[in-house]
Amino acid sequence: MKFFTCWQGKRRRQNRKFAAFSSFVHKEFLHIFRDMWTTLILLLLPVLMTVLFGFGITTEIKNGKVAVLDPSKDVATQGIVDKLATSEYFTIAYRVNTEQEIDDLFKQSKIGMAIVFNEKFYENMLHTGQAQILLLADATDPNTASMLNTYAGMLIASYQMELSKNLGTTPLQITPELRLLYNPTMKGSYSTAPGVLGLVLILICAMMTSVAIVKEKQMGTMEVLLVSPLRPITIILAKTIPYFVLSLVNLTSILLLSYFLLEVPFVGSFLLLIAVCLLYIFVALAFGILISTLVNSQLVAMLISGMVLMLPVIMLSGLLFPVNNMPLVLQWFSCVVPARWFITAIKSVMIKGAGFDAIIKEFLILLGMAVVLLGVSIKKFKNRLE
Amino acid sequence: MLRYLLEKEIKLFFRNPFLPKLVALLPFIALAIFPLVANLDIKDLKIAVIDQDKSPYSRQLVEKVLSSPYFQLSGNFTNYAEAQRSVEDDRSDLIMEIPAYFERDLVKEGNVQVFVAINAVDGMKGGMGGSYLTGILTDFNNNIRAEWIQTPSRLSTPHINVFSAFRFNPTLRYIYFMIPALIVMILAMFSGFLPALNIVEEKENGTIEQMNVTPVKKSTFILSKLIPYWVIGFLIVNVCVLVAWLFYGFWLRGSLLTLYPFTIIFTFTFCGLGLVVSNYANALQQAMIIMFFFITTFIFLSGLFTPFDNMPQWAQVIGNISPLKYIIQVTRMVYLKGAVFTEMLPQFAALCLQAVFFNGWAILSYRKRN
Amino acid sequence: MMTIKATELTKTFGNFTAVDHITFAVQKGEIFGFLGANGAGKTTAMRMLCGLSKPTSGEATVAGFDVRTQSEQIKKNIGYMSQKFALYENLKVWENIRLYAGIYGIKGKEIGKRIDMILEQLGFEKEKNTLVKELPLGWKQKLAFSVSIIHEPQIVFLDEPTGGVDPVTRRQFWELIYQAADRGITAFVTTHYMDEAEYCNRVSIMVDGRIDALDTPKNLKYQYNANTMDEVFHMLARKAKTAKS
Repeated sequence: MKFFTCWQGKRRRQNRKFAAFSSFVHKEFLHIFRDMWTTLILLLLPVLMTVLFGFGITTEIKNGKVAVLDPSKDVATQGIVDKLATSEYFTIAYRVNTEQEIDDLFKQSKIGMAIVFNEKFYENMLHTGQAQILLLADATDPNTASMLNTYAGMLIASYQMELSKNLGTTPLQITPELRLLYNPTMKGSYSTAPGVLGLVLILICAMMTSVAIVKEKQMGTMEVLLVSPLRPITIILAKTIPYFVLSLVNLTSILLLSYFLLEVPFVGSFLLLIAVCLLYIFVALAFGILISTLVNSQLVAMLISGMVLMLPVIMLSGLLFPVNNMPLVLQWFSCVVPARWFITAIKSVMIKGAGFDAIIKEFLILLGMAVVLLGVSIKKFKNRLE
Repeated sequence: MLRYLLEKEIKLFFRNPFLPKLVALLPFIALAIFPLVANLDIKDLKIAVIDQDKSPYSRQLVEKVLSSPYFQLSGNFTNYAEAQRSVEDDRSDLIMEIPAYFERDLVKEGNVQVFVAINAVDGMKGGMGGSYLTGILTDFNNNIRAEWIQTPSRLSTPHINVFSAFRFNPTLRYIYFMIPALIVMILAMFSGFLPALNIVEEKENGTIEQMNVTPVKKSTFILSKLIPYWVIGFLIVNVCVLVAWLFYGFWLRGSLLTLYPFTIIFTFTFCGLGLVVSNYANALQQAMIIMFFFITTFIFLSGLFTPFDNMPQWAQVIGNISPLKYIIQVTRMVYLKGAVFTEMLPQFAALCLQAVFFNGWAILSYRKRN
Repeated sequence: MMTIKATELTKTFGNFTAVDHITFAVQKGEIFGFLGANGAGKTTAMRMLCGLSKPTSGEATVAGFDVRTQSEQIKKNIGYMSQKFALYENLKVWENIRLYAGIYGIKGKEIGKRIDMILEQLGFEKEKNTLVKELPLGWKQKLAFSVSIIHEPQIVFLDEPTGGVDPVTRRQFWELIYQAADRGITAFVTTHYMDEAEYCNRVSIMVDGRIDALDTPKNLKYQYNANTMDEVFHMLARKAKTAKS
């Protein structure tokens, strides 16, 4: 009997505690949603960014502008130019008569490539073997340049093949049969969608939480909370829960857009995908909390969570630049960027349809980050109390 | 009047515990480190090889592929399923399968296929890998053909000599492409974020209201906010150029003086954008998030990381509004092509137009009363 | 001579009428108390008079200038101290004084003298080089007041200047207001400390955007048959629809 009342009392205390907690969370929600504009921006921003980047960022080469210098103007040069013009890679933008003109076009960045034929091209091709084509590429952007160069070379080679077939001379031929795995149409969005997810989630989450807590510090209301019977962890949790909910809405909208609009396939397990995303959001929020315990002004919190964080997330996460291309030291450094692990895991699950066993490393690393970030910030938070 | 306001801005800037450090260190670190990161030189692609033929020709082909700087063997496999699994686990980037009787069929039938499968999740890497491998195959094919068709009488086969030359960056170094872009990106971040946040901070603290009941003119007040950031922007450009030279030995082919007017106008433009945002935002968080949206959108749709001409039409239309598009063209042209002022008049006009647009909007939307 | 004159001054935000056709006048050199519960419309009315906010209807002149069309001239002739503390926290005491002196067009040589004068007046000589954020709240408020009248304006608007300040400092603060009034500066003060209302020459009490009473504290107490201004205020406030505190 005595045990029973004791137990009841404990339960009542717990209930009371929970009531205090939930009313606190409720207050935080009101606080955020009263600021309609900010809420609207927070919800619309990821949508806009996903659409813009998903469609906008593309690495496919299309319609490279070409200038042609063709003194021969015969069947063969015409054939080659036609071949380029009909391919999706090139657009014949200029026909010029002197090398000087090509030079000017390059200087003004009006063309990506120039094709220079020598004189009496067709005749030379058949008889002397001296037919020459010079492919000039603007290597300001080295990758585009070398891709344009390779494509042009391939088109010229295929023209040559067709011609020899017509002439009845079929030499030994090796035909490469290319198959593009996972992304047969080479859509840029396959790699940008996970990247945008990684970028938007971490920045928005970190910005939101870091400022929320610092603001409370700056206005002095944090003191009030600290003297209340709520435990530090409860306060932190209550501050983050509304943002966690907001992030879930953002996550949903980005995933829906990726699937329906960008047509990124969801090959793998949906539950696994969500689990990884939730974990990542958790890391991002924890990161925001850590920032907020370290600084005292909103401005600084913003600059750190927005500007300083933005650079490594864009540069070191593999969003744009493959991690294994980086110098070793920077590869190590990229290991502390949560977005790196998230993007790898998401790509595996979403596009390749990998199971949990394939991303266990990424998952554990993210989990570890969450624990460490949260642990450090709670410790910091407590230190301030004593 | 302006003098006193400027004095205040400068004092406040240096008294901030974080800002001076950020301005001093971030451009330096970014320019010293990020060019190494922004490396899209595709090399060492991991290739899984399935050689079903094991003939001299097939071995020659494999050897040729592996001796190129682009490819690196991830493993020899006996069947496709195994090789594919290695792609799934990210151990390989592409698979090359040489069918059985490769050599025999090539010589007898005169035609044979090689299967290549590429992980195209990353479109760029996939595309480049594919085109490199095709290039090597064509080359290999030509050599074999030359071995078999030695007699000059067969020269009637149409023959074209293709030469390639890469202008402006003959060694195809990717960092030469990225450094001008990074300079612009850093400049955009500073001149976009800082003035916007500065003004909104005054709004939140209530000090701006105090200013509003004084006879200070709006133009004076705004100028006092902008001038420090113009100076900072100018310093940042110089620091970046210097760091690029010290760390990468990369100096402008054109003149630094040519670059100045453009970067100055660009700083005006972006500060103006920051002002517009600050006029509409009531809280720091709002200002930051809106600015973050504009900056990332402008960065990604400006051709800074991905080629502008490849973007879909509508994205190019948005990109045309981005001041970054023009300043990036300019920095790259000055850096790599040695362009002079007169060659970049269209960009200059576009930047000026945008500067007028954003600053005009900022002045019109700044209200001392409501 | 009337330095402030408001006729049927009104401000609405959507459906909500914050200031509802108020009419009053303030004499030169007067200390005019502007009382009301939170949300009664005091701050809105004051913001209109300072040229920070445009009236929806009605007329007002401040220092002889029209609040609708001549707000820039008004600004040269008034001082303003808002509810929210508005000096720069990260500037030193003397730097804040210098900034506002400069803004109001006081000449370079004169500025140094003004700084010393204000510091002496406030007894802040030792705090000259202290960052404002390190001062206690009451000191900040006194400094803010001195800064707001650095240009010897015709009128100074004070929006709840003594909120959160201890009684002793509040006394000192009112000393400063009296000194300014002696020099001919009109003080227009909002407050919700009713003891402060007694210090004013005349007070007006706002309820739901309207001025329900306007007279000297003595007459008001007599009229409402009350012993203190506090009682007067409570009698009026009880009628309010939107009283919040």
